[in-house]
Amino acid sequence: MPARYTFGGDEHLFIEVSDEMSLDAFFKSLSMATGVRESRISGVTEICPANASFQVKFNPDIIKPDDILKEVKAIEAAAEKAEPVLKTRIVEIPVFYGDPWTHETLMRFRERHQEPSGTDLDYAAKINGYPDVEGFIAAHAGSPWFVSMVGFVAGLPFMYQMVERQRQIEVPKYLRPRTDTPRLTVGHGGCFGCIYSVRGAGGYQMFGITPMPIFDSSQTTSYLRDFMVFFRPGDIVKFNPITREAYDAAVEAVDKGTFTPPIREVTFDLREFQKDIDGYNSKLEDVLHGH
Amino acid sequence: MAIKVLHHGIATSVQDLGRPGYFHLGIPIGGAMDRLALRAANLLVGNDEGAACLEAVFMGPKLEFTEDTLVAVTGADMPALIDGAPVPGWTAVKVKAGQVLSFDFLKSGARIIIAVSGGIDVPLALGSRSTYPIGALGGYKGRVLAAGDELPVGEGSLATEGRTIADHLRRKPGTPAELRVLPGLYWDRLTDAAKQNFFADTWKVAPEADRMGYRFRGGRKIEFVERKQSFGAGSDPSNIVDSCYPYGSIQIPSGTEPIILHRDAVSGGGYFMVGTVISADMDLIAQLQPHTPTRFVEVTMDEALDARKARAALIEEVRATFR
Repeated sequence: MPARYTFGGDEHLFIEVSDEMSLDAFFKSLSMATGVRESRISGVTEICPANASFQVKFNPDIIKPDDILKEVKAIEAAAEKAEPVLKTRIVEIPVFYGDPWTHETLMRFRERHQEPSGTDLDYAAKINGYPDVEGFIAAHAGSPWFVSMVGFVAGLPFMYQMVERQRQIEVPKYLRPRTDTPRLTVGHGGCFGCIYSVRGAGGYQMFGITPMPIFDSSQTTSYLRDFMVFFRPGDIVKFNPITREAYDAAVEAVDKGTFTPPIREVTFDLREFQKDIDGYNSKLEDVLHGH
Repeated sequence: MAIKVLHHGIATSVQDLGRPGYFHLGIPIGGAMDRLALRAANLLVGNDEGAACLEAVFMGPKLEFTEDTLVAVTGADMPALIDGAPVPGWTAVKVKAGQVLSFDFLKSGARIIIAVSGGIDVPLALGSRSTYPIGALGGYKGRVLAAGDELPVGEGSLATEGRTIADHLRRKPGTPAELRVLPGLYWDRLTDAAKQNFFADTWKVAPEADRMGYRFRGGRKIEFVERKQSFGAGSDPSNIVDSCYPYGSIQIPSGTEPIILHRDAVSGGGYFMVGTVISADMDLIAQLQPHTPTRFVEVTMDEALDARKARAALIEEVRATFR
């Protein structure tokens, strides 16, 4: 499928690789975005990868819109021939599922929810065909996720679950968005997971909370001293369910500057992954745990 | 030299020409909503065009100065007062140590820029002094101003006292405001009738209008071309697989109220966009009050580029005033 090209005013070129989400579309979009960055086209000021699309901001005083269009189209042809292989990193994110803070928030906004009688986890488990919340959490934490986009607000990762489409968790967003979401809430809307990097409005279902800051403008968090945003598009995430005690210990470690998220370098091969998804995912987990 | 904030006005914040380069991580460019007003204000007081100023909306702050300096107020028509006496806008005005700058009621427009000779000297954050409150980034402690704050000011001079900018160089929106729009992005999801209505209707600025985005009401509801929603997009016909949002792009959630994303835009999301306000007209949005009648005017890329040149020429003319 060829990408669709359209201009966002006189300063943006918008490239929709596919109008539906898939790992193939994400990969092509990311490799095109990388190709544009590497070709260092004069006049290009920003390249923003998204889930199945990306955006190039340019200065039309330096490069004419028609010329940037030609340049990016040429990169599409090259991207289609490229091996779908990504050098990236895999990171483990601890999650306290069903925590009291998202619980308090979801109760406060219950009238905006599809099913006011239960929790977001109850609802997500039910509509995704899991017998109970435990089974649902096991699925959520059971496979890795691709960070397919970083944005909305500062440092917020959109994550795409690395399983066959029929196994992907899908939930609608709240009927009306909440005006509040605890910082570091692990949420889900449509087919995408996310972690709210800052406190604020939100419409995703809330499943839990991570003790691990992912955005810190003060750059005092030990692993955010080099840069205030943790995630990059293409990162692979594995959730690790933790207890209240482990959560409290992790929060304390973050405050003391001794918390270090487990991170490993990894090369991801889309074709190998598609041949045996569960097998490939368990190999990724081995890499994460240093086996 | 410092400025004591006696009253903070409404959402008064430190802004410059913004923080490009981090939108791919969700950190928007930010900076003054009315860029031309910021450049002009800085030129008036002898600063670099991109020095940090204060931006205030609807209601001005009350500021006391610890040393003699020059100030200039540009943007909206909101009469400035020094120790209660009116002083002209778009003009470099001397303020003595201990004097207080305050403001009368807003007459027209929405946002003023207050430049001080030497510029507001808060620390750079990712290359800019602009305030991004959602991320607690930049500006004064990452937030809008509060009474009691003391703002550091750089080394200034009184040399340009009395400088003024001619009336024809002060760009303002008309009535109704006209915003030029290049259709595109997901424009073809609209029915032909909806496409015509979007440009034919007069919209009004809704109360939900801030640095992140401007919402509009009053036009006819958008009808969508029939299509099956694709995987990952969500069930509403206005939903798409979450994508990037261009600055100035116009999304219409559920087809009812268009929202134009501005300097503190969210970088992406799951609503379709019908087009983008051209770069030349972004400043005008900064000066729209709630209820302002507004029309969207369809332009081609060539017209957008011509408008961009005309705006650049206007900035050049402002600069030429001071050569």
